[in-house]
Amino acid sequence: MSAASFLPRSLQAVLMVIIAGAILLPWQKELQSTATKSGFHSVPLGIDLREQIGQSGFLAALSGFRSPVAALLWIEAHAAWEKTEWGRMASLFNTVTTLQPHSLLYWDIAAWHMAWNASIAALQDKRQPSEVLRERARRQYIQLGRDFLERGIRNNPDSYLLQERLGILLRDKAEDHAGASTAFAKAASLPGAPAYVARFAAYEAAKVPGMEREAYERLRTLYDQGEKMRLPSLVTELRRLEEKLGIPADQRIPYPTASPSTLPKPSP
Amino acid sequence: MTGSLSRITAIGRNTFTGLVRQKVFYFLLIFALVVIGNSAFLAKFSFQEEFQMLKDVALGAMAVFLCLLAILTTANLLPRDLEDRTIFTILSKPVPRHEYLLGKLLGVIILLALSTLVMGVLFVGVLFLREQAALAETRATFSGSPQDLAAALDAVRRGVFSWDLLAAMVLLLAKSILLASLTLLVSTFATSGIFAILVAASAYFIGHLQVTAREYWMSGIGIHWWTRVFTAVVALLFPDLQAFNLSDDIVAGTSLPTGLFLQTLALGGVYTAVYYAVACFLFQNREL
Repeated sequence: MSAASFLPRSLQAVLMVIIAGAILLPWQKELQSTATKSGFHSVPLGIDLREQIGQSGFLAALSGFRSPVAALLWIEAHAAWEKTEWGRMASLFNTVTTLQPHSLLYWDIAAWHMAWNASIAALQDKRQPSEVLRERARRQYIQLGRDFLERGIRNNPDSYLLQERLGILLRDKAEDHAGASTAFAKAASLPGAPAYVARFAAYEAAKVPGMEREAYERLRTLYDQGEKMRLPSLVTELRRLEEKLGIPADQRIPYPTASPSTLPKPSP
Repeated sequence: MTGSLSRITAIGRNTFTGLVRQKVFYFLLIFALVVIGNSAFLAKFSFQEEFQMLKDVALGAMAVFLCLLAILTTANLLPRDLEDRTIFTILSKPVPRHEYLLGKLLGVIILLALSTLVMGVLFVGVLFLREQAALAETRATFSGSPQDLAAALDAVRRGVFSWDLLAAMVLLLAKSILLASLTLLVSTFATSGIFAILVAASAYFIGHLQVTAREYWMSGIGIHWWTRVFTAVVALLFPDLQAFNLSDDIVAGTSLPTGLFLQTLALGGVYTAVYYAVACFLFQNREL
């Protein structure tokens, strides 16, 4: 068969594919819209990412291997951790979280490495003689950890985990008890949050001057929810606040009365 | 109808047997199995990280293997039959060409489905074993109340397996079947297996950019007419392969709605049918 006689048929075939493509176009658009609404395909694969992961990584990410590329970079970040290359780790974590913004684990562990491990390492860095500079580096790493969590929260607003982690970071690393209380309270309002997060929100509020009344009310609400919530730390904090706020005696929580069964038996 | 079905089944069975005997199949399968199996030995990580890596790497390996297998095996089907002259023996009998092509495609589909099953079983098996290890470790090291222990064990279980992982594997299979059908279409006019592989591989990469071309074309913001024509051709001529890439987000914990899953599957089916129909159209009048 000559090329000329084959060409019209091949053109017809191309036209058939194009017509099918045109018919399928509205369906494809609708499917893409449904997928985006359900949380899929939300990663913009732009030029910034191309610069971060190189040409082959970018090509792999474009070809549907976004999560394996992220996993490999995560392993690389782990190797950087073993060599305590904190700057490189931060850069790799940035790329990994850009590739997989809905993976809570990546945000959580990236923040932990920065705010806990890197910040302590910076403070103990013997190559830096100036304590002021060491302290500044420590704060910068804590801020970096906080940034990871805040960006993670923006990408996953319905997840309690990152809010809870932000609360822990603000409590333990930044000593920002008001911020920690707000973060714990937000975490407690999200689906799936464990009960202790609400208690943490109240405990942190109790440490902030001027928030004692709010803390008391939160703790009292939790106390009134039943026996399961009446943990020793909650009761102790509540009593302290009752004293501090001068709560009338009849409104205070009762002291436990010993039941007859728990009293020591009289000796015969 | 029964005769047609039995002819297609016979060709499909023979194609499958022929493909299984190829060394490339075993090489790719062993490679994929080693990658999936190896991802179980990420012992330096916490168990949450380990599960994340395991799922990422295993599904990635499955995607690579299935796409390579679909393109490499299908591209060589017609050239090999022409070279061996088997095609003349088959088509000289009362076997219509569309049945011959469907039989060939069926053989590849069976191979892809079986490969997905083998890799899926290994993946789920590794996941199960690692889950049991993580549960045992949690039980051994946990020092809280029984309720807290139950919650911790539940958290481990929730982080490991979800039914959406199986849906992700099915979508990978659907994408590879689509690629097989596309490669079959290319091989009906290709002069050699290499040519078909190159065209199908290019179509694979362009297919992942189809959505970008489509958006660019439809947004219509200040682009030249020739750019518009080019993006329109890309959007209409190539399949939207990004639509099948849901496993990235499934691994990250995004839940897959049933409607979206079924629609994506249906889109894959329609693309496969269209490419098969066009392949038949081209193959019908091809001089052998």
